[in-house]
This record gives sequence, C-alpha cells and structure tokens, in this order.
Amino acid sequence: MTEALLTIEGLTKAYPGVVANDDVSFRIAPGEVHALLGENGAGKSTLVKMIYGLVRPDAGRMTFGGTAFEPATPHAARATGVAMVFQHFSLFEALNVAENVALGMEDPPPQRQLARRIREVSETYGLPLDPDRLVGDLSAGERQRVEIIRCLLQDPKLLIMDEPTSVLTPQEVDILFETLRKLQAEGTSILYISHKLEEIKTLCDNATILRLGKVVGECNPREESARSMAEMMVGTTLHTPSRDEKEPGEVVLDLAALSVASANPFGTSLRSIHLEVRSGEILGIGGVAGNGQDELLAALSGETPAPPEAIKFCEQEIGHLGPNARRRFGLLAAPEERLGHAAAPDMSLTENALLTGAIREQLVAGGFLRWPQAQGFAEKIIAAFDVRTPGPANAARSLSGGNLQKFVIGREILQRPACLVVNQPTWGVDASAAAAIRQALMDLAAEGAAVIVISQDLDELMEISDRFAALNEGRLSAPRAAKGLTVDEIGLMMGGAHDMEVAHVA
Amino acid sequence: MDLSSINPLVLIAALMVASTPILLAAIGELVVEKSGVLNLGVEGMMITGAICGFAVAVESGSPALGFVGAAVGGALLSLLFGVLTQYLLSNQVATGLALTLFGLGLSALMGQDYVGIKPPATGDVNFGPLADLPVLGIVLFRHDLMVYVSLAIVAGVWAFLKYSRAGLILRAVGESHDAAHALGYKVVHVRLAAIAFGGACAGLGGAYLSLIRVPQWTEGMTAGAGWIALAIVVFASWKPWRVLLGAYLFGGVTVLQLNLQAAGVAIPVEYLSMSPYIITILVLVIMSSNRGRAALAAPAALGRSFHASS
Repeated sequence: MTEALLTIEGLTKAYPGVVANDDVSFRIAPGEVHALLGENGAGKSTLVKMIYGLVRPDAGRMTFGGTAFEPATPHAARATGVAMVFQHFSLFEALNVAENVALGMEDPPPQRQLARRIREVSETYGLPLDPDRLVGDLSAGERQRVEIIRCLLQDPKLLIMDEPTSVLTPQEVDILFETLRKLQAEGTSILYISHKLEEIKTLCDNATILRLGKVVGECNPREESARSMAEMMVGTTLHTPSRDEKEPGEVVLDLAALSVASANPFGTSLRSIHLEVRSGEILGIGGVAGNGQDELLAALSGETPAPPEAIKFCEQEIGHLGPNARRRFGLLAAPEERLGHAAAPDMSLTENALLTGAIREQLVAGGFLRWPQAQGFAEKIIAAFDVRTPGPANAARSLSGGNLQKFVIGREILQRPACLVVNQPTWGVDASAAAAIRQALMDLAAEGAAVIVISQDLDELMEISDRFAALNEGRLSAPRAAKGLTVDEIGLMMGGAHDMEVAHVA
Repeated sequence: MDLSSINPLVLIAALMVASTPILLAAIGELVVEKSGVLNLGVEGMMITGAICGFAVAVESGSPALGFVGAAVGGALLSLLFGVLTQYLLSNQVATGLALTLFGLGLSALMGQDYVGIKPPATGDVNFGPLADLPVLGIVLFRHDLMVYVSLAIVAGVWAFLKYSRAGLILRAVGESHDAAHALGYKVVHVRLAAIAFGGACAGLGGAYLSLIRVPQWTEGMTAGAGWIALAIVVFASWKPWRVLLGAYLFGGVTVLQLNLQAAGVAIPVEYLSMSPYIITILVLVIMSSNRGRAALAAPAALGRSFHASS
C-alpha cells in the first residue's frame, strides 16, 4: 500500500458511562473507498465526528497526508480537505439550495457565481439541481444531492458518507455509485458508512468493523459474504427471518379510489389509490421518500379523514373514522417518525404504551388510567421484543433507535391487530434488531393478520412481502407478486430514476 | 366636528415620530427571532433603555450620548437574558416575561430622581433647502436624527439578512441549530450577538420615547409598546419591510385617532383608542394568510434551547 492519506492510531473517546471509541486504529489510502461497519451504538458516528472536528478525542493521533491532524472545528477539517455527508441531513429547509451550499463552504463565492458552479458540478456528476429552489420543496434524494454537491465544491481529499443510500431508488443508488467511482478515479478517498452490506461489497475496497467502540476486524468486502460481515458486526450468528408459505384469506382492508390532499405544504397528495389486502398477507409498498408514504399512513391510521366509502375494513365503511375508532376495529398503525409521531419522546414507556394501547388493552376504566395494567403491558412489550432498557419508567427518548423501534412495533403487534400498517419499520435500525422486527411482522401475518409494510428499503420488502406495489407522486402502482421481481422492474414501478442521468465517467 | 383641522401632511410627519419607538424595538426583535430566540422581554428592555438614555442625557447634557447609553443599557439587560437562556438553558418564555417585570422594576428604581425633569432637547436634522420643498419637505425632511437612524437600521437589517454571509449564518442558526452546529457554526455566540443587538434596539426605542416623543420620564411610560413590537414581528412574517409597514400603520392609526378625538368625532373614545391595535393586527393577518410555512418564514428553531450534546 502506498503512503496513507488518513491514519488513525489509538483514537479513544469516552462519554460518562460509555466508551464510545476504544483504541481505534485504521488507515485510508488515497483513492480508496473504505467502509466503516458496525451496529447502532458501535461508535461509528463518534469516530467520524472526531475526523470532522465536531468531537475531540481523549487520546490517540490522526495524520492526514503525512502531517499531524487535530481538527478543533469542522472549519479546520474542511480546510484540510475533509468533507462529510451527514446521515440526518444538515440542511436548512427554509433556505434555498445555493444558500445551503454556501453555509457548508469556507469562503463561498458570491451567490450568482456559486449558482453557476452548482450547475456545473451537478451536470458533471449527473446530479441535476436547481440552485434557487427551497430545500423544503426537495425530495430526500434531491436533498442528498445538495449535501454531496456541497462537499464536491470544496474538492475534498476525503469524503465521509454516513448512510447515504437509505433514501434512494436503486437507479439513484447506481448513479450515486457512478459518481463515487468517478471521484475515486480522480484520487478522492471515501469513508463509507452503511448498513447495506451488498452495497459495501460492490463499492468498497476495505472495511473496518466496529463493535462496542472497538475494532473487531478488518476485511476485504469483495471476498466476504454479506452474512459473514453482518455476523462480525453483531458478534453472533444471524438469524434470517422466515415463515411458512400460506394461502391468503379474506380481504381485510379495501381501498377504492382513495384521494386525500396532503396536510403539509411540502407533502404529496394521494391520488385515486386502489388496494386490497387479505388476511395472512404482507403487502410491501416501496417508493422514494416523499411520494405519499406519510400521507398514505395518515389516511390508513385515521389521522387524515377520507370519504367513508374510500376505505373499507371487513366490508364496513371506515374512511370517516378517527384513529381510536379504527383501533377498536383492529386496524393499527406504526408511523415512521419514532420520536414525536410514534412515541412521545419525553414520556415514559408505560405512558407511551398507554397512548395507543388504551382501547384494545383496556388500560382505561371510566376515564381513569389503570396504571398497573399499563405498566404490565409495557413490561410485556419489553420482554417479548427484547427492548434493551432499564425499565418501563424510562423516557422514550433515552432508548436507541433500534430499541425504540422494537418497542413501537411490539406495542402494536401485542394488541393483536387484524390489520397492521407500518411505515419504515427498520429505518436506521441495526441488523439484528431489523431482523427481529421483520420476523415479528412475518409471524403476525402467519397468525392471520393483514400487514402493510411501507418502506424504502427494497431488500427488506423483497424479503418479507408477498405482493409489492410502489408509490410514485401519490399514485400506487398495481401490486405484483414479490417473488421474481427484478430490481429493474421495481425501479420502473417506482418511477425510474427521477430524471437523473448517469455520470459522464471520464 | 371639524375634520378640516386635520392636515394629512402633518399627520404623516407625526406618524413617523409616533412609530419610531415601536419600529426600533420590533426590528431588533426580528433579528433576535431570526436567530431562533424568542425574547419576550422587549418591554423591559425598552423601559430600561428609556431611563438609561434619559439619565445619561440629563447628566451629560447631550441627547446623542443619551441614546448611546440607552443602547448600552438595553443590550446589558438583554445579555442577562442571553446568559440565562443560552448558557444556563432556562426557558425562553418564562425568562423573557421575567425580564419584562425586572426591567419595569429596575427602571422605576433608577428613575426615582429623574421624575419631573426636562431632558435636553434633540434638534431636527437640518436639510437646508430640502426642508422647504412642498409636501415632501414637511413629511420627510423635518425630523430628528433618530427617525432616519431607525429607517437606516431597517434597511441595514434587510440587507444584512438577505445579502451578507453573517446574515445567512444567523438565519441558518434560527432555522436548525443542530445542522448549523454540525457545520461548525457557534450557535450560542451567534444568538448572544443577536440578543444584544435586539436589546440595544429596544433600548433606543425606549429612549426615543423618554427623550423625544414625550419628552420626560414617568414610570411605566412604555405602556405596552414592547408587546406591540413583538406582535408586529410575528404578523410581519419576520420580514424587515413589513415590520416598517406594521409599525407605521400602528403609529398612523394612533395619531389619526388622537386627531379624531380632538376633532370631536362622534365615536366613543374607547373604540378610537382600541382602533390602532385592531387595525394593525387585521391588516397584518390578512397579509400573512394563505401562505405555506416557508413563505411565512417563521424560524423553525424559534424558542428552542440549544445544547451541543454529543
């Protein structure tokens, strides 16, 4: 290996109660795509924050291009040549694209000149963007382009990407990879963090695996299987979700020409959605974020009222009913946003269990709360779904994403739904928790419930659904049997590549 | 009833004077809110500025020094709010309300020896022949310096927020402090600077009341002007020129209803007295209706405490 671009030696960072990084060492060569693997809480984000100057290490050294590298601020890191695309976008919705880009640069040119450069770079790399549009109006895929272009404009030597593909269609992922390969060919190193091991196999040259803050292995992803890497991350054998084949039963949920206007000015309205879900069946709904997923969930859960005849549940018209009335029938939902939508962040797990379980679990009597029963219900969820928390009195906010997600899904499943609608059940959840959640959904269907899974993770949908449909600009494609669908077919159902073009690779 | 006694030109000139205190306070609060901080202590900072300015002007004999003192006094009081909310993470709403009450009490204490004194007079700016222009002369060119300063501050704030990089950073901090922090901007410093600017502007507004508009010191003389300034910022959708419009509208209706009262119009005085509030709010509500959240430009992080955890 030639002279390394970035070397990390013995980097350690402790927070009260946790050692986030313990003696972490690895090196990245110029033009190398290096993967950083690990479960949630393994210390990946702390590590990249130290490289990006957001967090100062307690011990250890870094060198960049042969000289000592101790960035005290992100400004210093950027000046050295490090750029970062964040997992939760570091974008400002009420500002336009050019302003967002300018905020991530050290000394940006005047706006007009910057707008021209954004157009140039976006064309060179096949990532079309209009500098004058408000970021709030952009889709998740387009927002990511803003972040990437912000980085590219600074000619970085090292580009850090934290979970970049979770919101993209397969075609968009291909185009992103073309862009990254082009950068790599130009000599830019990339530090790539992802849960999607297949992507890492196709893209990365080397991988460093973190578990509980320590480096537990290095490997060449091209020579490993996705399964073996996942097992290195988790430290145990991984259990693949499975279930027996079964004929679907009666139609449980029937949508007929459901059209609902979005409540959010940046949202997508649903247009004439037809859909039937039978008991014992999992229907997967794919699509790029912002194509009506949130609106569909709100229409099904009862948050947004619809015409009565548009939604039929076991042949009863329920479109006009609110969430609690629908829960009484057995139509339950778990929305995407864990903190603030599916759970109240500062309330305890017991209180959160009460919030949706009150009706079906009889946790309320004559207007009074039945605390012992509510706590019992919360404890049941924690035990049944292996939620790692000291107890039901802890606030929902204190749980890691994966654990809170297990709690949210478990809370609905344990209410014995006749039909369960989940949106993004494994978003930002590590491999073992995701497998547990998928298995629970499949078990629920095997017991005879109808399940609708809305997700942007196509591997997940292919793994668990019986039928697959895609949302595109508020319209739902006709569902097709999931088995045997090719990636290209799925991509077309999702509306293709959203007017992106392949990078002009030199 | 004699409406002919009301001269529209004098009325316009008077409304500019009547509006200036509210305009100054509101434009300062606009900057504070754009940075994501909700400071409800405008009233307290105004009245503190009023007595600081009055005291300095009386002791030094110079109204200009008085205004400087007012700005410093308002800024110091606002920094108290800043330290409490930005470093000690106290609740912004409660702290702002406390600041108003504290400012009212503090100013009463400081002003005990100044009741009944006349401050040194502030002269009008001499524009020479411009002041003799028909119509324009009386409306535009016969005011004291602070009227022009307040207009310059509005234009400056507008240009700062729209064109400067520092203004962009300020808006970014108010839009998402987490994202701004992730990009390496010092959220707390930006907010403290904005809070101090807001306090200085509120102080200037208060001193305009005690040194020019009234001109003397009485306890509680701001009489709710700070609250009107707060309302104008919200209803003006955080846009500097609309703040100017809102403040002038409020001042205009105030002056007009006083004139109408003097002219003996057959409308009960109570209705006339409440008219500035109702009309200002109605007009600004109509202007800001039917728009999406982005067009309203409410800073998304408004009133949320920032702590750089992890």
